[in-house]
Amino acid sequence: MSLIEVHELSKRFEVSAPWLNRVLERRPRRFVHAVDGVSFAIERGKTLALVGESGCGKSTLARLLVGLYEPSAGSLHFDGQDTRAVLAGPKAASLRRRMQMIFQDPYASLNPRWKVADIVAEPLREHGLIKDDAGVRRRVGELLVSVGLAAADADKFPHQFSGGQRQRISIARALATAPEFLVCDEPTSALDVSVQAQVLNLMKDLQRERGLSILFISHNLAVVRHVADQVGVMYLGQLVELADRQPLFAAPRHPYTRMLLDAIPDVAMSGRSRTPVQGEVPNPLSPPSGCGFHPRCPYADPRCKEHRPSLQEFKGIRVACHAVIEGRV
Amino acid sequence: MKPLLEVRKLCVEIPTRHGTLLALDGIDIEIARGEVLGVVGESGAGKSLTGSAIIGLLDPPCRIAGGEILLDGKRIDQLPDKEMRRIRGKRIGAIFQDPLTSLNPLYTVGRQLVETITTHLALTPAQARRRAIELLEQTGIPAAAERIDQYPHQFSGGMRQRVVIALALAAEPQLIVADEPTTALDVSIQAQIISLLKTLCHERGAAVMLVTHDMGVIAETCDRVAVMYAGRIVEIGPVADIIHRPAHPYTAGLMGAIPAVDQDRDRLLQIDGAMPRLNAIPSGCAYHPRCAKAFERCKGERPELMSAGSVRAACWLHEERQ
Repeated sequence: MSLIEVHELSKRFEVSAPWLNRVLERRPRRFVHAVDGVSFAIERGKTLALVGESGCGKSTLARLLVGLYEPSAGSLHFDGQDTRAVLAGPKAASLRRRMQMIFQDPYASLNPRWKVADIVAEPLREHGLIKDDAGVRRRVGELLVSVGLAAADADKFPHQFSGGQRQRISIARALATAPEFLVCDEPTSALDVSVQAQVLNLMKDLQRERGLSILFISHNLAVVRHVADQVGVMYLGQLVELADRQPLFAAPRHPYTRMLLDAIPDVAMSGRSRTPVQGEVPNPLSPPSGCGFHPRCPYADPRCKEHRPSLQEFKGIRVACHAVIEGRV
Repeated sequence: MKPLLEVRKLCVEIPTRHGTLLALDGIDIEIARGEVLGVVGESGAGKSLTGSAIIGLLDPPCRIAGGEILLDGKRIDQLPDKEMRRIRGKRIGAIFQDPLTSLNPLYTVGRQLVETITTHLALTPAQARRRAIELLEQTGIPAAAERIDQYPHQFSGGMRQRVVIALALAAEPQLIVADEPTTALDVSIQAQIISLLKTLCHERGAAVMLVTHDMGVIAETCDRVAVMYAGRIVEIGPVADIIHRPAHPYTAGLMGAIPAVDQDRDRLLQIDGAMPRLNAIPSGCAYHPRCAKAFERCKGERPELMSAGSVRAACWLHEERQ
């Protein structure tokens, strides 16, 4: 059984004008569908990576998964339990202990006035995992060593570390409760490439040692190729393609996935010609009718403008595209 | 032919309470007309500082401590503010990373363009407006005649960066300094902006200095690349040579650390450690504590740029081979 099962998960945010304006100017209530009917599963010890451009809803999805947002619709199961019900009940803490999150910006996610020892020990104390101070200190030292820092670093403050080292502290904090599931929201996009390589290698090692399941969010397809077992491509709050890493990079199906892969600058200078795609991500407040990608899609036909395609099986992967299913691509 | 921009032995220092830090230490760069020079390095290497020094926009207390900057054979690093302001915009255009902060949110896009054009060119306001619309069209903004009267917040990130490019090109500058022009943009938009910048500069024969940390962008755009580390250039040469046959161990490490999108690797090459802080730059070659190939000489003596095949690299490994 999969560790995480997400079914038709949605989150909408209200962006209406204030009540008085709505009444006087007869404006309707407005919603933005940040995540719109997304389904997937993550196996134990595996990594699912979500890619997409800014505003596609990937960070909202991450926050839904760890319970920082309440879903508007759909269900979310962790190890067979409905997380929504559990988080509202008395066993919420024991569930939270099993999933942790690593944030994008290591400069903003660590309290600058706390010592590293307190930052990493906070989850241990919060969940009452270790009661005595000497024990906490020992455990903090072990955690710091496991992410490649020194136990003596516990007495320093975050500003004494570089960006990559701070992200290691965030990882140590996330690992403190020995979680089974980690949500990483762009963990390396604020880091330089050489430091990014250190952090990605570390995360792979930790995953292997501890059998972690990871949801990895990124806009960088090259990073995704390096870490993921399975890849989901998001566009305007919806999953448009979900496939294992190999088929996704070898034979991308959805026109948006192809476009993303095409848009990556070619470091190897192989002379691969690149077709810059026209257009931009539409405003999520007024998404296009039918398939959200049709205004930018070279294969769009009248059906794409009217009917929104659903994610369906196609030659071993899952894709939401009329053109692919009908064999027009 | 003489290069358009010559930077010779440029040093920039930052006075602090604990003494003066040398942020740039003897930078030598030349850019010819119509050439795109890429400047890469990790954060803190001094690449943006080099760009700011050239356009004369160093934030105090940073100051030029030595060396000279020549544009078309004339020194521009000692000009009074007033004269420098005339050169900036007219002969040197600048594009910065964040398109939202480089535009004034209170003025329409058109007003900002017209102001730039009339400051530098002898045109009437009506002519300047026509020229502004042309510029917006050239940078690929649809319905430019209508959008010219809109405010920056009504444009998306990619469209804003096009406006910033239009502003930089408004007075047909000979040199464009672009500091991370695509870093704040999504990949699909990045590709559009890079190819736009390349075509426009090619058509006008402008020289470009492109500062970025993204090797992919460099590979696609540049003719030559300078790799910076701890305030110095450690390698400089034609882009294909640097990418395929890096001569400096740091460049090799940087290339190996980039995850590839068309092959599977279990582990990325990693450079251990981090860029040194300015107050603790190691003796000898600044890279030696992180370098796998370092030997005794690297710790004591600092290598200068020396010829290493088709490129120039600051590394003692290449002296032995000569």
